[in-house]
Amino acid sequence: MDLNLSPDELVFQQQIKDFTSNKVPQWLKDKVLSHKHLCKEDYQHYHSLLNEMGWLAQSWPVEYGGCAWTAVQKHLFEEQTAAAGCPRVVPFGVNMLGPVLLKFGDDAQKRHFLPRILDGSDWWCQGYSEPGAGSDLASLKTSAVKTGNHYIVNGQKTWTTFAQHADWIFCLVRTSTSGKAQQGISFLLIDMKSPGIEVRPIKLLDGTAEVNEIFFNNVEVPPENLIGQENMGWTYAKYLLTHERTGIAGVGFATHYLAELKHIAAKQVNNGKPLIEDPVFAARIAQVEIDLLAMKTTNLRVVASADKDAAPGPESSMLKIKGTVIRQEINDLLRRALGPDASPYIDHYFQDSNDAALPVPEYAMPLASHYFNELKISIYGGSNEIQRGIITKMIIGL
Amino acid sequence: MNFNRSDDQRMLADTLSRYLKDHYSHKHRMASANSDSGYNPATYKALCDLGIVGALLPETCGGYGGSGSDITVVFEELGSALCVDPLLSAVMCANLIAEIASDTQAELIAGIISGEKTVSLAHYEPGGRYQLDTIECTAELINDHWVLNGQKNQVLNAGTADCFIVLARNEKPANPLDGLSLFIVNKDTANLTVNSYPTIDGGRSGDITLNNVRIAESNLLGKEGQGYLPLEKAVARGTLALCAEAFGAMCVCKDMTIEYLQTRKQFGVALGKFQALQHRLVDAVIEIEQARSAVINAAYSIDQDRHDREAQISAAKNLIGRTAKLVAEESIQMHGGIAMTWEYSLSHYAKRLIMIDHQLGDTDYHLQRYINFTTTT
Repeated sequence: MDLNLSPDELVFQQQIKDFTSNKVPQWLKDKVLSHKHLCKEDYQHYHSLLNEMGWLAQSWPVEYGGCAWTAVQKHLFEEQTAAAGCPRVVPFGVNMLGPVLLKFGDDAQKRHFLPRILDGSDWWCQGYSEPGAGSDLASLKTSAVKTGNHYIVNGQKTWTTFAQHADWIFCLVRTSTSGKAQQGISFLLIDMKSPGIEVRPIKLLDGTAEVNEIFFNNVEVPPENLIGQENMGWTYAKYLLTHERTGIAGVGFATHYLAELKHIAAKQVNNGKPLIEDPVFAARIAQVEIDLLAMKTTNLRVVASADKDAAPGPESSMLKIKGTVIRQEINDLLRRALGPDASPYIDHYFQDSNDAALPVPEYAMPLASHYFNELKISIYGGSNEIQRGIITKMIIGL
Repeated sequence: MNFNRSDDQRMLADTLSRYLKDHYSHKHRMASANSDSGYNPATYKALCDLGIVGALLPETCGGYGGSGSDITVVFEELGSALCVDPLLSAVMCANLIAEIASDTQAELIAGIISGEKTVSLAHYEPGGRYQLDTIECTAELINDHWVLNGQKNQVLNAGTADCFIVLARNEKPANPLDGLSLFIVNKDTANLTVNSYPTIDGGRSGDITLNNVRIAESNLLGKEGQGYLPLEKAVARGTLALCAEAFGAMCVCKDMTIEYLQTRKQFGVALGKFQALQHRLVDAVIEIEQARSAVINAAYSIDQDRHDREAQISAAKNLIGRTAKLVAEESIQMHGGIAMTWEYSLSHYAKRLIMIDHQLGDTDYHLQRYINFTTTT
């Protein structure tokens, strides 16, 4: 056993640090660090910087433009970029669809779509959840009927993150209603410019509009946009869900936000002293820090063991649960640390620039919103209840 | 022992509940909360016409209630409607004025009861966090006028209040609780500036800056240097009101969650059939019953002597802070994505429940305060 980084890994870590300090522009890092809302161009800009380095497709094989990093390398990247204030990599194209195309796509699909993911030509979104199919995803009803030379798609998707930016959507659609629900699902790529598609934003409790409903009304999709075989979509969807699980624990973000918490607790005053010196609050911070220390190792253990056979198993459900619990606890403490300064809500703060006098320190402005917004992380991507069900079945064997 | 409400209180609850159902829809609440004034003055006037503020005050000053359980009855209903109107300020300020005002000053109370006047407390200061006695704001008597200097924050409805009750230090004695005085300051007094802002849970708050604000000597409220204890007592009533409001809001979250678990189906059955969710809901329901008891304890203590009262009030606010977080987070989690949306009213109840912990002292503040009041004599 050796918990130290190898010399190669240390060199790698330094390369990431050099990248975040020298290549990622300060305005972008400032925007992320102050919890401003990023626009499409911000994410695209960051993707292009990563692509220049050859670091965008971290799990893809080298011949397709990927860098095939190890689990430890991905972890170091996540930790260093989060600490420096880099945006997150928008996962839908590169980390979700990419691996599915590589494994199940035909040559024409790979040749066409993979380079366009890397160079940013296509922004992808994910069409999985429906109003009646959330945790029970396999009950989805959006239908694709083969008629003449096309599939005709009808139905509704929901909770679609960044659909407002997307050029394409990969969708789970129902192509058969016989047999088990899982057996009649296909995996279809749909051009968002197709006639009959309507995107409606869903405003969340913190006022943001990052998710959407998508309505499909007789949308024509050419048959060459089917991935793999008809009615095999569930297999591909499961592959997608279990394949890219590095980062699901959010250890990089948690570490970054814990540092922010300590910074803020040192600035906020309680009883004439920095809040961080208050024994009750210091104990709260220490408790979550101890959990995070162990979580880092748990995360590395799980992703390292998955490295050999590429697809992490149900252990990633543990990472999802514990990772979100820890992140939400840190978010809670960030809000709590502010005391009365958590209350003001100035919505234009979240836009790119503002010169309005703020009633509280700038660091306080976004943190209650951040707490409320991230209540979603224990719900999306398979709620923590669904993850517990997976662990019950697949790990414990009950 | 009797845990029942009096006939009058039942009538009050029925009247208020019916009024809110008919005139304070969620849509109305959201429009009021997001308006420039942070509430709807016409609705507030109507609530006052129903006698709601009068119920929060004793007969000696023109009210017809004022007990702890009267406050509880009113604020539970307000909490279940997610009411953003300035009743918390009314209960604190009117009781404070009633307790210590001169006859002339006491005329303000009639205006508060009728809803024609709104008064806000301006006691907290930046850097003081939730401490009532960390006061830098100064008051100096110069040529028959008080001159006030300093900054106040967490001033509810600062932008619309007709006047403020300002806590300021007029001397620096050994005991920091002495030497603090209260002043009535009209909003349009020269050299008083107001910065009003919306809050994340709806409604508005604000800061005020006093830069050589000159007010008449008669604007001193109560006795010079003896403002702290009456203020603490008024804040205790406000804290009780917040606890009751939170309890009312929790009950709505519980009801909405139960209904959702009964109707939303996944995997072919209602979510409520899953034992994992049943048990979590049960845990929340048990904690809500504990919250109800904490509110009862606090209501009972409100007219007791200082130590008993403040210990019970801090106990209640601590427990409510913990329970409100549990109920807010669990209600959203058990619903799933729908409860994350602006459209679904539960999300606004959850925000209010969380942010109540940031008003009049949070869980940690009241835990420490409970320790202080129960380990000293």
